[in-house]
Amino acid sequence: MRLPTLFCLTALALVACGKSATDQVAASGEMVVRIGAVAPLTGPQAHLGKDNENGTRMAIDDANAKGVTLGGRRVHFELISEDDQADPKTATIVAQKLMDNKVAGVIGHLNSGTTIPAAKIYSDNGIPQISPSATAVSYTHQGFKGAFRVMANDEQQGHVLGAYSVKNLGAKRIAIIDDRTAYGQGLADEFIKAARAAGAEIVAHEYTSDKAVDFTAVLTAVKGKQPDLLFYGGMDAQGGPMARQIKALALNVKLVMGDGAHTPEFVKLAGDAAEGAYASLPGVPLDKMPGGKAFSDRFVAKYQPIQSYAPYCYDAVNVMIAAMQKADSAEPAKYLPALAGISHQGVTANIQFDAMGDLKGGFVTMYQVHQGKWQALETLGAAQ
Amino acid sequence: MEIFLQQIINGLVQGSVYALVALGYTMVYGILGLINFAHGEVVMVGAMLALSALTAMIGWGLSPLLALPLSLILAMAGCMLLGYGIERIAYRPLRHAPRLAPLITAIGVSIVLQNLAMMIWGREYHAFPQLIANQSHHIAGAIINDIQIIIIIMALVIMLALMAVVHRTRLGRAMRAVAENQHAAQLMGVDVNRVISVTFMLGSALAAIAGLMVSANYGLAHYYMGFLLGLKAFTAAVLGGIGNLRGAMLGGLLLGLIESLGAGYIGDLTGGFMGSQYQDVFAFFVLIAVLVFRPSGLLGERLAERA
Repeated sequence: MRLPTLFCLTALALVACGKSATDQVAASGEMVVRIGAVAPLTGPQAHLGKDNENGTRMAIDDANAKGVTLGGRRVHFELISEDDQADPKTATIVAQKLMDNKVAGVIGHLNSGTTIPAAKIYSDNGIPQISPSATAVSYTHQGFKGAFRVMANDEQQGHVLGAYSVKNLGAKRIAIIDDRTAYGQGLADEFIKAARAAGAEIVAHEYTSDKAVDFTAVLTAVKGKQPDLLFYGGMDAQGGPMARQIKALALNVKLVMGDGAHTPEFVKLAGDAAEGAYASLPGVPLDKMPGGKAFSDRFVAKYQPIQSYAPYCYDAVNVMIAAMQKADSAEPAKYLPALAGISHQGVTANIQFDAMGDLKGGFVTMYQVHQGKWQALETLGAAQ
Repeated sequence: MEIFLQQIINGLVQGSVYALVALGYTMVYGILGLINFAHGEVVMVGAMLALSALTAMIGWGLSPLLALPLSLILAMAGCMLLGYGIERIAYRPLRHAPRLAPLITAIGVSIVLQNLAMMIWGREYHAFPQLIANQSHHIAGAIINDIQIIIIIMALVIMLALMAVVHRTRLGRAMRAVAENQHAAQLMGVDVNRVISVTFMLGSALAAIAGLMVSANYGLAHYYMGFLLGLKAFTAAVLGGIGNLRGAMLGGLLLGLIESLGAGYIGDLTGGFMGSQYQDVFAFFVLIAVLVFRPSGLLGERLAERA
């Protein structure tokens, strides 16, 4: 089953080896600083991965156009983009590859399940890592100094989702489905804690995978428990078809999901079954972000409509470069302390990290699909 | 009770999907003794071709009732061409090579097709247009819709048609002769290359039908859809006895039922100790159990020479 993966990787590795050797020569007076970016560029989440890559690329292009000097030398930033296929095993392989390519920092990965094992490799090599979108609590709680994220974590998000489902949506009997990834499972666990604390009963907890397309069996099992709300912890590629199948099975529930399903892709895949679905997204809505509108316009003109995390990737790169400028060096050991203490006005928020490397004072916004579009309902301050 | 009935229906629909794809695997194996691992990818190409043709025709203002069969025919033609090409390029030069060689090229073809599809159709999921009102029917509290009924009937009809082709026609006789002994068949005047090409084209045409049905049922198509589907269908074919057409049908239905009943009831039966995350484990456990006691599958004939 993994044989095809292995083939692809070998081929990719060969291509990349050939490339990195030539870069060394290419620099003409400029200092080349490599920044690694990892996201799933193939597989069911490839659309999200490409979105991340574009966000990262735009920030790097901007920095190169603007011109950054470190230690008196002009710097040319180079993006090395890798594909982890949303697979934890592959994630560690490409992480090692980035280390061999001597990157100064890493933007990624997209999924929590891939970010967590890769963080160990970056930490062992002393390379700072900023994940734009990994929300699982444990990512920044492994005791690594160089692990940061620019998005509220699942403890904050799950808390808001659980409390909102019970208090605002009036849920009493809640069913849970999660995709058994570090993200889906972690978010579901936080959701359950918050929903129980708010007084709801969890009547069913079923599971699927991040590659599944058929959910009729678990949805039918859920239907037998007569819930009034279904929480799905997972991504849009599953959430969309799931919404359709919920409708087809005449399962009468409110569908609530996390940030992984808050994408135009979800609406496209679910069709008219998307109407009325809820999802959260850490941060404030794009049009309320400090530079959201301008970013969105430029991004859409250059690439395609934003799926979800592109602005966070853009900020992650800029925070990293800001820390390098503050330390006047792209040496990981030198700019890491600057990164930990940074205060940077980004597109998504004013970014500052707490002692764990989590974003300080993250907000979470609830959205609902209304006439085929995600509409912001309200922004809630995440506890702690 | 209606929950149980619903799970049976879920299983039958899912199983028929597996069976549709498994028929393609089993037919090629039956004739050539080759596991065409690229078959899942051909299903994907079929779905993508049908989707593109459909979108284009709707764009030209054709009525959905006309566009749907037309795009299916186009997709089938495209897949037959593809199947012919795959056999000609990847398998024919290796026909007398050790058994492992064509297996490896099969995996290679599957990777190439997946990446080509990614380049042509992009990485994103494509939503399949809802063209014909998909009516839901209530049977004793359980729900089944038109597309699902069509899938079940289609799988049965195709199995019967294939059996008729293999056992009743001149082409079928040639196929069986090639399956028995390629050299002897050639000496008897059977054009072996032609028979094998036709077998591949037939299997690929089936793949196109399966692709269209699957994407219509789930409402989506993407370049990645063939991989897991192919794997499950292969499992179904092995479960039923690979090389046997009725076996593919039986294996598919059984796998679908095991999965849906397993996912639906394992949590309650074990008091929450095991949940629906063991859905696949359950299905593969049954596969192992069957193979231990009947290595050639449920309906498979014991062929000493066939691996």
